[in-house]
Amino acid sequence: MKKKLTAEQSGNGKVAFWRDPDKRALFFQFMALLIVGGVSYYLFANTQANLARQSIATGFGFLEKEASFEIAESIIPYSAADTYARALLVGALNTIKVAFVGIVLTTILGTIIGIARLSTNWLISKLAAGFIEVMQNIPVLLQLFFWYALFYEAFPSPRQALHPFAGLFICNRGLIFAIPQAHAAYPAMGVALLAVVIGGWFLNKWSHKRLDRTGEMFPAFRVTLAAVILLPLLVWLAFGAPTAMDMPQLRGFNFTGGLTVSPEFTALLMGLVLYTSAFVAEIVRAGIQSIGRGQIEAAMAIGLRPGRVLQLVVLPQALRVIVPPLTSQMLNLTKNSTLAVAIGYADFVAVTNTTINQTGQAIEGVALIMVVYLFFSLSTSLFMNWYNKRTALVER
Amino acid sequence: MATQAPSKRAYLKPPVTEVGVIGWLRSNLFNTWYNSLLTILVIALLAWLLPPLIRWGFIDSLWNSSAEACRETDGACWSVIPNNIRFIIFGFFPSGQEWRPTLAMVLLLGMVIYSRDRSRWKRSLLLLWGINLVVMGVLMHGGIFGMPSVDTAQWSGLPLTLMLSFFGMVAAYPFGVLLALGRRSDLPAIKTLCVIYIEMIRGVPLISLLFMSSVMFPLFLPEGVTIDKVLRAQIAIILFTAAYIAEVVRGGLQAIPKGQYEAADSLGLNYRQSMRLIILPQALKIVIPPTVGILLSAFKDTSLVVIIALYDVLKTTKVALSNPLWTGYSTEAYIFLALLYFAFCYAMSSYSRKLEKELHTEH
Repeated sequence: MKKKLTAEQSGNGKVAFWRDPDKRALFFQFMALLIVGGVSYYLFANTQANLARQSIATGFGFLEKEASFEIAESIIPYSAADTYARALLVGALNTIKVAFVGIVLTTILGTIIGIARLSTNWLISKLAAGFIEVMQNIPVLLQLFFWYALFYEAFPSPRQALHPFAGLFICNRGLIFAIPQAHAAYPAMGVALLAVVIGGWFLNKWSHKRLDRTGEMFPAFRVTLAAVILLPLLVWLAFGAPTAMDMPQLRGFNFTGGLTVSPEFTALLMGLVLYTSAFVAEIVRAGIQSIGRGQIEAAMAIGLRPGRVLQLVVLPQALRVIVPPLTSQMLNLTKNSTLAVAIGYADFVAVTNTTINQTGQAIEGVALIMVVYLFFSLSTSLFMNWYNKRTALVER
Repeated sequence: MATQAPSKRAYLKPPVTEVGVIGWLRSNLFNTWYNSLLTILVIALLAWLLPPLIRWGFIDSLWNSSAEACRETDGACWSVIPNNIRFIIFGFFPSGQEWRPTLAMVLLLGMVIYSRDRSRWKRSLLLLWGINLVVMGVLMHGGIFGMPSVDTAQWSGLPLTLMLSFFGMVAAYPFGVLLALGRRSDLPAIKTLCVIYIEMIRGVPLISLLFMSSVMFPLFLPEGVTIDKVLRAQIAIILFTAAYIAEVVRGGLQAIPKGQYEAADSLGLNYRQSMRLIILPQALKIVIPPTVGILLSAFKDTSLVVIIALYDVLKTTKVALSNPLWTGYSTEAYIFLALLYFAFCYAMSSYSRKLEKELHTEH
């Protein structure tokens, strides 16, 4: 690849400067920079002139102004009297909400379907294959429209809401379900869960070390799993086992109480999860299939039980193949969540779009969108490069 | 031996549970207890789900009726499609002129199908493509040969979808290859520019580029100069797809063993020759599957132009559904569109599998 022939090597005392690779390289680079710089300057100058002519203010001063538009759903308190900055924060939190729930559900569904695709059961394998084909080959925007339309056309008004079992209503206002009434026990359970997860991580590390040192297995995963279930339960019991539920009730034309999940959120989530999980399923399948048959046979030959084969031989190698593309699918899901703007879910892009339309500050708005998503992407790719380096096979 | 065989055959027949339908069922559906359980559960689920769906879709459905008749039935109202098909497919293209986009689409698809065969990949094919593209442009735009001129703002529906995605792919591919070569280049300035470009574009959602093309791009141009809205969206799609192609091609370039580069060098080939004759043909071949993945998503992503109010086939369907006469039948219309997209995507991916098999020269 490197072709840095010096004048001596080419056997000629003097070369014309346009034939000297070093000088030519410099020239090409200089030209490239010149062109890019020139075009940038030209666009910049035009933009300046246009902005001045249309008397559009520049800068991020507008963030301090009153937004004066409502946002249908927000995690933090928000009203039209708040600033644009707060509106954008609400949008960003809505994006994080849908991305987080979506990523969790996609990972679970994708893994199940990927394994189902490999099942020895013909029916299940074919159904999984059909699901993957269909979901992968239909634009995600069309899927969003489909679910959104289904909500408004197939589901009844709140008065005739479907009521499959106590505490759940389905109508064209969304899914409304009962949630436990606020109680000090629930935050405490959350803390307990977090503690168990962190503890489990350390336990896992310790058990690996011990395995390396003594060769004895410690069932870290099972112990952690048991603790995940038991400890929050104990905390719940310690707080006197609160069972009061906040039941949704029909008042006039709408529901009060309970938790309402909007049709916009549900449609967005369904579209994203079903679409992305098809891709995740293929990644999981490829990862599992990448393990050589000999590896599994060798593991069984030294007397490992099937569970241990999976845990010690298959998974560590399969994850190496699975995790990088899986991460990029997660990023895709996050980026695709911007399609929310098409069905009226107030994600970051939708809020920014409204802001652009109200203030005319397109450059700042688009720049904000790009910076936010670039931050997501670049931090993920940094993490992935680090992970890749740490786990990559070192050959030769 | 041969004479004894017939009498022994009955004797040696495998047990009836190992062959034929029963054997197949046993080994594919009921080979373990949990598989048997799963099979029964799935069959029960299908038995519960499918009959009402079939009833809705085929038995109670109306296929070519008026909107009023549809209000009477519980089944699917497929009539929404034949009644709106002109608008869904052609959008705002002037009526009476539909033959022009139809012919253009037939030419495009015909050329694509004609070019499938690798034995036809010659210089003359390129010429044929050039002629075809000119003819298509003339057909779509008109203004000569007595065809009324049609502004690009009226290009909509399926022709718009096909054109945006086709030109998006065709223009993005070479651009992506160049970017990949730039990223692998020894020249630091060029490498940096390519890396910045690829990471920037891959890091942002396509929507933000489309927004940029629709709200920001006009600000970039000098006063009085405007670029057509469709063209701006097309540029955004090309820029976006190229960055993804570049990363795929880079993967292919990295997978070529160092010996190949060294062999090219030792033959005395210069950079362009060694890339064109030795490295790229191998690299591009091994990345066929991911490339097709990118092209498929480019095709699907074309539908995002809905968001900047271009009337592609998804948008024209939405407009048709906003007619009060046909509101409420989105499910049927969207299923139709899904089938349309599915057909195109499936054709593309099966062709790529064929190509991959044909080009597979190793053992």
